[in-house]
Amino acid sequence: MAPTACFNCKEARAVIIRPKNRHKLCRACFLQVFETEVHETIIGTNLFYPGERVAIGASGGKDSTVLAAVLKTLNERYNYGLDLCLLSIDEGIRGYRDDSLETVKRNAVQYDMPLEILGYGELYGWTMDQVVAQIGKKGNCTYCGVFRRQALDRGAAKLGIKHVVTGHNADDVAETVMMNLLRADLPRLSRGTSIVTASGASDIKRSKPLKYAYEKEIVLYAHHRQLDYFSTECIYSPEAFRGSARTLIKDLEKIRPSSILDIVKSGEDMAALVPSDGSQHSTQCSSAAAAAEDDVGGCGSQNGRTSGGEMAAMEKELAQNESAESRETEIRLPNRGQSSLGYQSKSVKKQTLGHCERCGYISSQRICKACTLLDGLNRNRPKTAIEVSVSAEDEETSSTLMRQMERTQLTNS
Amino acid sequence: MSQSASVGECPHIPITVEFTGGLELLFGNVRKHKISVPSRMSDGSPTNISYLLPYLVDNLMQDQRKEMFIMEDNVRPGILVLINDADWELEGEEKYELQPGDNIVFVSTLHGG
Repeated sequence: MAPTACFNCKEARAVIIRPKNRHKLCRACFLQVFETEVHETIIGTNLFYPGERVAIGASGGKDSTVLAAVLKTLNERYNYGLDLCLLSIDEGIRGYRDDSLETVKRNAVQYDMPLEILGYGELYGWTMDQVVAQIGKKGNCTYCGVFRRQALDRGAAKLGIKHVVTGHNADDVAETVMMNLLRADLPRLSRGTSIVTASGASDIKRSKPLKYAYEKEIVLYAHHRQLDYFSTECIYSPEAFRGSARTLIKDLEKIRPSSILDIVKSGEDMAALVPSDGSQHSTQCSSAAAAAEDDVGGCGSQNGRTSGGEMAAMEKELAQNESAESRETEIRLPNRGQSSLGYQSKSVKKQTLGHCERCGYISSQRICKACTLLDGLNRNRPKTAIEVSVSAEDEETSSTLMRQMERTQLTNS
Repeated sequence: MSQSASVGECPHIPITVEFTGGLELLFGNVRKHKISVPSRMSDGSPTNISYLLPYLVDNLMQDQRKEMFIMEDNVRPGILVLINDADWELEGEEKYELQPGDNIVFVSTLHGG
């Protein structure tokens, strides 16, 4: 076939067909257009303010690597004045995180950004390897998700940073929209679509600047800029249900590439219809697993091998563990009538933030989600295992957590 | 055309095949493979990508999970194919006829980080 000329510059050879509009672009124009669109998302939503310190949740994977590269580029090009750093969470999955953390360390050098790595082991007294040894391979994504969410917040707090950006892309958002549509969970659907989500459990702002970027373009961007990223499947089975939603999204993309952004847009429009009165929703909707799942979108791979039931069972259990006021609704509801792209400014947080009685972490619950999960783990933990992982002292793991938090708060103040 | 090729045999063309984005895990964790494939398919027409796909499964793939790469005789949705760095849609997809020295890249978008 004769080479096709770039739609944009009409000169260079087109190497990319954009999923959203089928435009054929050359390498240089593609990189430029991709960056410009992320810039427009950032500006259109007032995502940052000059001088803001921002932590990039970095896994070493394609999404967070592209996010770091693009933010660095844009920060310099448009003088955002951001103080960027990388924040990585070490879940403690040997053979999985080891390699990706090496990638993050290289990224820190390549992008000249400081890097903070925080481990589940030091934070919770449990690595994911140990969690899986305890509870098995089924349902462990919930633990990983809840722990990761808090870990990112705690890492940010430790660094004195109030804003964490993650690499969630349009495919992730579309996937979450589909999942929540399929299980009739509009509150979570709403939360998943908004570009900024305040975690109910902390005062740290989270956002996803790549929410309109196709996964395909993210991968191509990484390819054409020859970014150094790491990819693998999590060795512990990802959720089957998310996997199915993912396959569905990819199949739809194949037939009609614009589907993905259309689902994102539909999700935003549906989110605008979610009533702002949180009490209309069942407690199930806002269970602890919600926080977990808001966060795990980027970590699964497509082929779940567990049955979806365990996830549901886990959610149920978590919901039961929570007290009645746990309709916490960590949902930031957009104001009605705003344009779908408009910045969902300062919406009211429903719950009153207190502190976890156990670890002192900011939480709307009496006991925070991580501590609830840790309780279950520690109850069943063999004595020997405790001695191995909780340093030399014979203390309960939650005390370890408390100490970690004290240190965090000290550093913070 | 090689003079020495015996009847029924055809010359081979050298190409480079790369697997990235996690796909290399299915291929013995090796990203870059230099291979040569017959220049003609069994029906005598020039070798194209649809010939290459099952060839890769049979000759290079080490993982048993064929469906992670091929579905319904085509590349699994979510895996990108680049022919000399261009999206294969620009080159005729599976009908693209292989040329000596071609660089074919398969990139998974499905693997997490």
